[in-house]
Amino acid sequence: MPADRVGWHTVDSSQTTILAGSNPEVHMSQSYDRGLVENFGRWTEFSAGMWAWVFHKFTGWVLIGYLFTHIAVLSTAIEGASMYNGTLQGLEALLIVRFMEVGLLAVAVFHILNGVRLLFVDLGLGLDAQDKSFYASLILTGAIAVASIPTFLGGAF
Amino acid sequence: MAEHYTSFSRDDTRWLLQRVTAVFLVGVLAFHFMLLHFVHHAYEITLAGTTARMSQPGYFITMVSFLIAGTFHGVNGVYNALVNQGIEGTPRTIVKYGLIIVSLLLIAQGIRVAWAMTGGQLI
Repeated sequence: MPADRVGWHTVDSSQTTILAGSNPEVHMSQSYDRGLVENFGRWTEFSAGMWAWVFHKFTGWVLIGYLFTHIAVLSTAIEGASMYNGTLQGLEALLIVRFMEVGLLAVAVFHILNGVRLLFVDLGLGLDAQDKSFYASLILTGAIAVASIPTFLGGAF
Repeated sequence: MAEHYTSFSRDDTRWLLQRVTAVFLVGVLAFHFMLLHFVHHAYEITLAGTTARMSQPGYFITMVSFLIAGTFHGVNGVYNALVNQGIEGTPRTIVKYGLIIVSLLLIAQGIRVAWAMTGGQLI
């Protein structure tokens, strides 16, 4: 990968803009060595855009991990109805699974909302509201997750 | 004042596919969650109900497309994350082909399961 694309390919633009803005020598067409965001020792320096990037990556890892697990669990359908129904109902009988489903919903909702935000960023729309749209994504995710609790925990007690 | 930037690269098909699959997944993932957690509750799911849904060609095609798009989007995201971490050379090549093989296996197993859910049996 050419060096001048490293910073642009995956970093949220609000973060690059803020970094670029802090250094007059850095222009949008140039590369910027931001170091590895995964060095969480720098977390106090993270801007809203950086947190958006971290959360998007974290939720992405969770979702792809879940996809593999999901297909594995659903594969019980190949063995027939008793295996499939027993597995799903057995899992749903565990309270921890119900709470994990709320967490999964929160992860999916944030990834969706922030993903829509990133698509707008790629289209160059609403660039001045990137921080606000990140905070809105977080608040909406929290609200939807809380509102879903009765549905996910229904019949669990 | 924020400036418009784009990570688009003219010959990067993966970049474009990541966005195209994202748009598709936004809708289908939300639909999937709504249908199987809020319309039908997960604890009520039975193979009979699953078969009734999967036997509808439109639903079957949507779910298989969901599987393929989700696998590409997720695994390509993992690859991008590792590249961003600085993986290169032989490890990068191994990871690349490893992820491709794992993706194909997941899609194959997913289609096998989807077909079984219709009441048919492929393998």
